[in-house]
Amino acid sequence: MENRKYLIGGALILVAVVYLVITSTRANAQYFLTVDELLARQAEMTGRKVRISGAVVGETIQYDADNLELRFVIAHVPGDLDEVEAAGGLAKVLADAVNDPTRSRLEVVYYGPKPDLLRNEAQAILTGTLGEDGVFYADELLLKCPTRYEAAEPQAGQ
Amino acid sequence: MAAIVGQAILVVALLLALYAVVAALLAAYRHQPRWAVSARNALRLIFPLLTVAAGIVVWALVTYHYELAYVHEVSERSMPTYLRATALWGGQAGSLLFWSWLMSIFAAVLTFRDWSRDREMLPWVVLVTAGTLAFFLFLNTVLESPFRRFWLLPNGDIEAYVLPPAGAQLFIPKDGRGLNPLLRHPGMVAHPPFLYLGFVGFVIPYAFAMAALIVGRLDARWIRLTRRWAVVSWLFLYLGLILGSRWAYDVLGWGGYWGWDPVEISAFMPWLTGTAFLHSVMIQERRNMLKHWNILLIILTYDLVIFGTFLTRSGVLSSVHSFAQSAIGPAFFIFITATFLGSMVLLAWRWNDLRGQEQIASAWSREALFLYTNLVFLSMVAVNFWGVVYPIVSELATGQKATVGPPYYERVMGPLSALMLFLMGVATVAPWGKVDTRRLARLVLKPALVGLVLPAWAWWQGYRKPGALLGFALIGFVMAVILYDIARGVWARRQAHGDPWWRALARLLTRNRRRYGGYIVHLSIAIMGIGIIGIEYFQLETQRTLAAGDAISLGGYTMVYDSVAIFNTNDGRQVARATVRVLDDQGQVVATLHPRQDYYIREQQPMTIPGVLSTWGAEFYVLLVSWKPITVEGATFKVFYNPLVKWLWAAPWIAIAGTLLAAWPEGRRRRVRARAGAKTEAPAPASA
Repeated sequence: MENRKYLIGGALILVAVVYLVITSTRANAQYFLTVDELLARQAEMTGRKVRISGAVVGETIQYDADNLELRFVIAHVPGDLDEVEAAGGLAKVLADAVNDPTRSRLEVVYYGPKPDLLRNEAQAILTGTLGEDGVFYADELLLKCPTRYEAAEPQAGQ
Repeated sequence: MAAIVGQAILVVALLLALYAVVAALLAAYRHQPRWAVSARNALRLIFPLLTVAAGIVVWALVTYHYELAYVHEVSERSMPTYLRATALWGGQAGSLLFWSWLMSIFAAVLTFRDWSRDREMLPWVVLVTAGTLAFFLFLNTVLESPFRRFWLLPNGDIEAYVLPPAGAQLFIPKDGRGLNPLLRHPGMVAHPPFLYLGFVGFVIPYAFAMAALIVGRLDARWIRLTRRWAVVSWLFLYLGLILGSRWAYDVLGWGGYWGWDPVEISAFMPWLTGTAFLHSVMIQERRNMLKHWNILLIILTYDLVIFGTFLTRSGVLSSVHSFAQSAIGPAFFIFITATFLGSMVLLAWRWNDLRGQEQIASAWSREALFLYTNLVFLSMVAVNFWGVVYPIVSELATGQKATVGPPYYERVMGPLSALMLFLMGVATVAPWGKVDTRRLARLVLKPALVGLVLPAWAWWQGYRKPGALLGFALIGFVMAVILYDIARGVWARRQAHGDPWWRALARLLTRNRRRYGGYIVHLSIAIMGIGIIGIEYFQLETQRTLAAGDAISLGGYTMVYDSVAIFNTNDGRQVARATVRVLDDQGQVVATLHPRQDYYIREQQPMTIPGVLSTWGAEFYVLLVSWKPITVEGATFKVFYNPLVKWLWAAPWIAIAGTLLAAWPEGRRRRVRARAGAKTEAPAPASA
C-alpha cells in the first residue's frame, strides 16, 4: 500500500507532538493556588515554582527605586469563580479581602520596575517561589484592576 | 430618545436575521425561489439598520451622553474626539455591536453577488450568515445592550436599564469613567477592527462550506468562490495580531511583544487553522484531494473565531485582557457546541461522498507535504488549546488548578515552527504525484547550502546559540528556495523576451499572482522569524538608578541620562519625560530618546512609554521606571536590547504586498488565458 508511507510520516509527527506536549506540561505546569492554599501546604510548596493570586493591600506597597526592590502584601481571595460571583463580584471580593484583617496575608518581594497597575485592591497574579523565610519571591507579576472594566454604577450626586 | 431608537433598531435587526433563517429554510425545503429572495433581502437590510445603531452609539460617545451606561463606562470628556468615537469597540456591548456591524457589511456584499450559477446554495449561505448574525444580535439586544441608560429609582438607587422602570427618573452623570488609559493608543484603536474583520471574514467560507455539504455540491466550487474572502480575512487577522503585539511592545513597558496570554492565543488559533485552510484548499483545486480536511479546517476556524470572541469577553480564564464576568459566557458555550456538533454531523453524513479517487502517490510529493503541513498546523492548534484549557482540565482531574506559562509554549512551538519552516521550503520545490526522491534531494540541497549564508552571518555577528542557528539555517533555506525560483523565472523571461530585469520581474509576478503572492508571504514569514529568533534568544536587559550624567551600557550602546521634565497636560495627565542620549561604540551620539511615564490623574493610573532607538541590527528600548520627584536628580531606568526585532515589525508590510498580489482580481481575459494555461503548465518548477 502506497498510503502507508505518508501515514507513517503523519503518525511520527503526531507521536512527536504528543511527546513534546506531555513532557513540556510536566516540566512547566505550575500549581495555581490561593494564599490560604499556599500557607496550608507551606512545607510542601516552599521552594517550588507556583502561581498565586491575591488582593494587593495598598498601604503596604514599598518601592525602593534605587535597587528596584518592590515589596507589598497580598490578602487571600477565593480562587473559585462561582464563589467570587456569590460574594458580589471580583471588585467587591478584592475590597473585602483588603479590609478584612482576619484574612491570611502574604508578603511579596519582586525585583523590577513597579508595574503601572499595582495599587490598592488590584488583583495580583504572581509566579514565583515561597522562600524559607515565608516571603514570596515573585519572578512575574500580572495585575488586574476589575473596577476599571466592570460597569460600576455611578453614585448619586457624582 | 435616541437610545430607544437604537434599541428598537437592534431588535428589528434581530427579527430580520431570524426571519432570514426561517425564510431560507422555507426556500430550501419547498424549493420556492421567492422565499430565497426574501431571505436575501432581509439579510441585506440588516447592514443599513446596524449602521444607524452603531452611528447612534458613536454620536452618543462624541456628544457626551453619559446617561448611557456604555458611554459612561468607556469615555470621558477629556478624551480626544477620535478616541471617544472609537470607544465604540472599547467595551463589551459596543464590541459586540461592532462585530455584528462588520458581519452585516460582509453579509450585504454577499447578497449583491451574482448567484445564478449557485442558486441552490443561496438559502443555506444566507441561513448560516443570518444565524451567526442573529446570535450576536441576541447577545446585543438581550444580554449586553449598549443602549442601557441610568435611572434614579424611587428608593434612591441608580441602575442601568433600557426601558425606564416605574417611577424612575433619568440620571445623567456629568462625566464618564473613561477608557482604560492603556487602551488609549493608536495601536489599540486599530487592533480590534483588524482582528474582527479577520474573524468575521472567515464566516463566509464557512457558510459556503456548509451550503456545499448540505446540497451535496462537493467539488471545489465553494472553495473558488470564497478563496478571496479567505485570503483577505487571513490578512486582516494577521495584521490584527501584529497590531496587538506592537501595542504590547509600545505600551505595556515590558520589552516583549507576545506573552502567550490566553486571549492572544485565542486570536492566534483561528489564524493557524485559517492558514492551514488556505494551503489545504489548493490541493483540492489541483488534485481533488484533502476534501475532508478542508471542511474540517473551515469548521474549526469558524468555531475558533467564535471561541476567540468568547474568551476575550467572558473572563473564564485569567489574563490581562480578561474583562468582567458576564452572562454571555453560557450563551457562547451553547452556540459554539451547537454549531460545532452540527457541522461535524454534516461532515460525517457526507464523509463517503467526499472521498476522492486520487491517492497520494509518494511520501515526498507536494500533496503529501501539504498533508503534513495540515498536521503540523493542527498540532500547533492542539498545543495552544491544551495550554489554554489546562487550568480547567487540571482542576477537573485533580481538584487543583495548575497553569502552564510561556516556557511550555516556547518548548513545544519552537520545534513545530522549525518543522513548519522545513516543510515550507521543501514543499515549494517538491513535485506533484510520483517523486524521484534523489532528484528532490538535489533540488533541496542547493538552496539549503545557499541558505547557510544566514546562520554563517549570524555566527559572525555573535548570535551563536544552537537553536537560533538551526532556525536561521531553516529560514535561509526557505528564502533561498523562493528567491532562486523568482530569479530563475526572471532569467528565463529575459532570455525569452529580452526584457530588462525589472520588467521581467513585474511580468513574472503578475502572470502567476497566486503563486508569487504566496511566495512573497512566505518570505515575510521567514523575515519575521529572523526578528522572533533575535528577541527570543538574544534579548539583553539591565536596570539601574542614575544621577544626571551617569551612564548604562548594554549591547554596544551607552545611554547617558540628562534630565527629567515633569509637566501637566490638558487631557488629564501628569507627564514625567526623561531625556537620555544614546552613544554607539565609537562614542558618537546616535539618538536622543524620551522615555516617559504618563500618570492619568483621575484614573490614578500610570502608563510607561518607552524611548526606542530602532535599527536593523537591534532596538535599544529604554523605560523610565521612577525618578526623584523633588530634586529631579536621579532616575531609574530599565533598558532592553532587542536584537533583530525590527525585522519582525517590517515583515507585515511584505505580507500585505504578497497577499494583495495573491488576492487581486484578475481581468477577465487574463482569467480565460490562465484557465487555458493551467492544463498545460508544468506545476512544479521544471528541472534546472
